[in-house]
Amino acid sequence: MEHKELTCIGCPLGCRLDVMLDEKGAVTMVTGNTCPRGEKYARKEVTAPTRIVTSSVRVYGSRTVERMVPLKTASDVPKSKVMDVIRDLAGVSVPCPVQIGDVLLRNVAGTGVDVIATKHVE
Amino acid sequence: MDKLQYNLIIIGGGPAGLSAASAAYDAGERSILVLERDTRLGGILNQCIHNGFGLHTFQEELTGPEYAQRYIDFLMERGIAYKSDTMVVSVSAGEDGMKEVAAVNEADGLLLLQCKALILAMGCRERSRGALNIPGFRPAGIFSAGTAQRLVNIEGYLPGRKVVILGSGDIGLIMARRMTLEGAKVLVCAELMPYSGGLKRNIVQCLDDFDIPLKLSHTVVRIEGKERVEGVVIAEVGPDRKPIPGTEEHYECDTLLLSVGLIPENELSIGLGVKMSTVTNGPIVNESLETSVPGVFAAGNVLHVHDLVDYVSEEANLAGRSAAAYISSFEKESSSGQTDRIPIAVSGGIRYTVPACVDPGKIADWLKIRFRVGEILRNRKVVLYLDGEKAMSKRRHVMAPGEMEEILLTKKELNRHPDLKSIEIKVEEG
Repeated sequence: MEHKELTCIGCPLGCRLDVMLDEKGAVTMVTGNTCPRGEKYARKEVTAPTRIVTSSVRVYGSRTVERMVPLKTASDVPKSKVMDVIRDLAGVSVPCPVQIGDVLLRNVAGTGVDVIATKHVE
Repeated sequence: MDKLQYNLIIIGGGPAGLSAASAAYDAGERSILVLERDTRLGGILNQCIHNGFGLHTFQEELTGPEYAQRYIDFLMERGIAYKSDTMVVSVSAGEDGMKEVAAVNEADGLLLLQCKALILAMGCRERSRGALNIPGFRPAGIFSAGTAQRLVNIEGYLPGRKVVILGSGDIGLIMARRMTLEGAKVLVCAELMPYSGGLKRNIVQCLDDFDIPLKLSHTVVRIEGKERVEGVVIAEVGPDRKPIPGTEEHYECDTLLLSVGLIPENELSIGLGVKMSTVTNGPIVNESLETSVPGVFAAGNVLHVHDLVDYVSEEANLAGRSAAAYISSFEKESSSGQTDRIPIAVSGGIRYTVPACVDPGKIADWLKIRFRVGEILRNRKVVLYLDGEKAMSKRRHVMAPGEMEEILLTKKELNRHPDLKSIEIKVEEG
């Protein structure tokens, strides 16, 4: 039996959620929530938390003042992989022009998710 | 020197200015000029590379630059004129109702412009160290959170390695995560108030995710170091927000980030003679987002500081439509000004409303009244009264100063009060 504490992000109330897990890591009980969104959030956050990772890397050959291009993972990656994604991006620099949605790095950190540009840089 | 004439000039090419320009165009106005002091359009969104923008507007989660690009595309598709790298230095209103704008840039030198309607969309700036009373030298390594954000995301520099953050505004929280991802160690985030000014989501995903402690009711009492920050001392504060002796804790660090509030940037508005609110530090506006100077409108963070850009876009949309309507009636009638408008009275912990006063005749279908409360309030009702009669009520589990609230005033309810004398919004137990 394991027990985890979370803060719900569903609304400004920010309920303190108590999540009980069995030996296999399955959720047995959620308490502390004041609405169904809290339970849904707790189950996801405890069993398979994910995040979109955003960062920026250098560009070269730009005709403008831009030195960096911002980017994001095209979809959620497991929370445990966030730092691996960032490590994979270290030292990456990309040639201009770059368009929003251009793939800058494929299958980042073995997640199966691509990293894409979030700004046009000419 | 000849003055360039436009029907509408918009000062600021950030989210508010861009949205206002497109909305005015879509309302039929074609003579529009947007003035932006930065090289790029998009304003603060350019450095907000994190996601979470656009859930309301586009029903998808975008990063700041992506959200900005949507509105820049709207501007380009409509062929709306803009000048970047252009700084407005003064604005005035003539007796004929025309507004005069003086601006400077490298290509044109001094530009004198004239317009019928003006939209103020200059945004806000961060409170700086000078606004806090922290003793110590003036070493390098003290940045506002937004400056650090620009350095990391746009310039590509990491401003420090060991970081303490004072203030838990959203930019500070976002930078706690950003600096951590870029290899810095964020030691602590100290907040003077007993609650955070930031969104819950940011506290969880920017602090909790990286085990960065949030110390509520704490402040920085000393900054150490002469050339560069070498450490800061944090102490707990009492209910009077004064440091409690004996609670001091020392943190060795090279950087202090300040996320201690945003101030609407209204030097131009004040120069123009616009009436200001002492609560929001923004202009006082009516239901059309028109200021006390007829034909001058305001939207976005220059009006009141927002948490979500989606609300800025929506608000600016109204300012754009109102400006277009003002221009089309410019020669026909003189504006009514704000004399016969009904002020919105508030009680129960509401600090202000935008708009502050209403002409019921000018509301098409509904008006969204936005407001903030001054402290955390639990299990309340927000009730809108028209002439003392309940017109709208909504239950709120919790309201916090960091999260903007809203209530709708509908045309349907207004029609039931043809001789409306008073509008009141109350926060009640319940």
